[in-house]
Amino acid sequence: MGWVNAVVQGLLLGGLYALFATGLSLMFGVMRIVNLAHGDLAVVASFLALALVSGTGLPLWVVIVVTVPLFAALGYLTQRVLLQRSLSSGPLATLLVTFGLSIVLQNVLLEVFSADTRTLDAGAFATGSFEVSGAVSVGYLSLTTFLLACAALAGIQLFLSRTGLGRMLRASSDDPETANLMGADSRHVYGIATVIAFATVALAGLMFAIRSSFDPAIGPSRLIFAFEAVVIGGLGSLWGTLLGGMVLGVTQSVSAQVDPALTLLAGHLIFLAVLAFRPQGLLAGRTA
Amino acid sequence: MTLLSVRDLTVHHGQLRAVDGVSLSVDEGEVLAIIGANGAGKSTLLRALAGLNAPSSGTVELAGRDITRMPAHRRVVAGVALVPEGRRLFRSLTVEENLLAGAYRGRPGPWTMAAVLELFPWMAERRGQNAGQLSGGEQQAVAIGRALLSNPDLLLIDELSLGLAPVVVRRIYEVLPGIVGAGTTALIVEQDVSQAMRVADRVHCLLEGRSVLQGRPAELTGERVEHAYFGIGAAEPAQEGRH
Repeated sequence: MGWVNAVVQGLLLGGLYALFATGLSLMFGVMRIVNLAHGDLAVVASFLALALVSGTGLPLWVVIVVTVPLFAALGYLTQRVLLQRSLSSGPLATLLVTFGLSIVLQNVLLEVFSADTRTLDAGAFATGSFEVSGAVSVGYLSLTTFLLACAALAGIQLFLSRTGLGRMLRASSDDPETANLMGADSRHVYGIATVIAFATVALAGLMFAIRSSFDPAIGPSRLIFAFEAVVIGGLGSLWGTLLGGMVLGVTQSVSAQVDPALTLLAGHLIFLAVLAFRPQGLLAGRTA
Repeated sequence: MTLLSVRDLTVHHGQLRAVDGVSLSVDEGEVLAIIGANGAGKSTLLRALAGLNAPSSGTVELAGRDITRMPAHRRVVAGVALVPEGRRLFRSLTVEENLLAGAYRGRPGPWTMAAVLELFPWMAERRGQNAGQLSGGEQQAVAIGRALLSNPDLLLIDELSLGLAPVVVRRIYEVLPGIVGAGTTALIVEQDVSQAMRVADRVHCLLEGRSVLQGRPAELTGERVEHAYFGIGAAEPAQEGRH
């Protein structure tokens, strides 16, 4: 692999990181919830899809189309029955609730699916690629993932800027009490934010699961990528999150070119450098 | 006809009895000004009417319907809008988006985006600007426009003139007759007594959470208002019932 190829692969991977991080950023932006179970939710979606594939024998793309809305509905429910109750008790309570949720999810997965490492099998699609030029070849899966991520981010951006409910999400992020005065039921607004977060985390989780293997305990180590993408890009900006994901992806992929053992460390170092020198993130904005 | 009727309303702010047994009523199409010194409980009263602070006792009726325990977001549908103290615009939203936020529930009525832009013509060319970049007076105008777009029957305005230059305040008050003329009833909290006496049909003075004086501006002497405002001497107890 050449350097150019490494950068291209990094950019494509960055799209997936951004998709994965969007929900984390949105839930923090709108509700001030730091969702420590975010990574585990992605893993739950993977196992759910795995169970659906082996249980029903449906093709993988159908399972993905079913899992994502199912997860979105689950998100609304989780917000209304679990998170909303903890919100009134302050930020520490929500942190504890999501931390607890993370542990519960991991153990339920372990109980139901055992500790075995799995992958979602997408056949030739997952391994096939086409050559762009002599040095650069792009995998179908990487490209599809990247395009899906961009489409999802653009869709969310449109929703937030063009619809009344989307505007109310941004308004609640600025000032929840005044959003109430506009007639917004904060519980519903928060529910919608969680719906978007769950749908995107499910989609990202499924894409991770096709790319590489997963097991019940891998959630927290995935979560760190989401945190890093959000922080590098700048909290509260969707396009910042995309940029952050790409910076992280390119860093990992280029450093893997130098030495594969460096992959994760280099990403963490970039993250620390941003925290130290530009703590507001590369694109400090508040569009979401 | 009576639009708003408040009976024996008590609202606590922590341990403090911020509003203490206040009764008042506002007729349809009327402008009622609540005056009083700092800490008299004016803002708390307004927040309780908008549903942001829960009253400890008493009742609030809107057009004969008890809304005492109704949450704020449902009061908007019922026809109450509050222009909060300090304007509270959504800072990351543009002027236009702030106005549209007011129209979120889509309550029918005379106020449309076009009508608000007619009331404040300068907004049309600055609709794309971020609300945080406006001056205080401009922000107050946007906050009023935002509240109007919810098409309220009862418009509550908290501290309309606070922190604004007199000329700006005058310009904002100039639009009040147009708002009331469109069928909206207004209840405004005003620290500037002479301003309140000029624009209101009736004034209501609060002192330490209690209602100490009420009446039509023409019937009240400056001395009585001053005494009620500062709590000098034995101010007359509020007249119960209707004038």
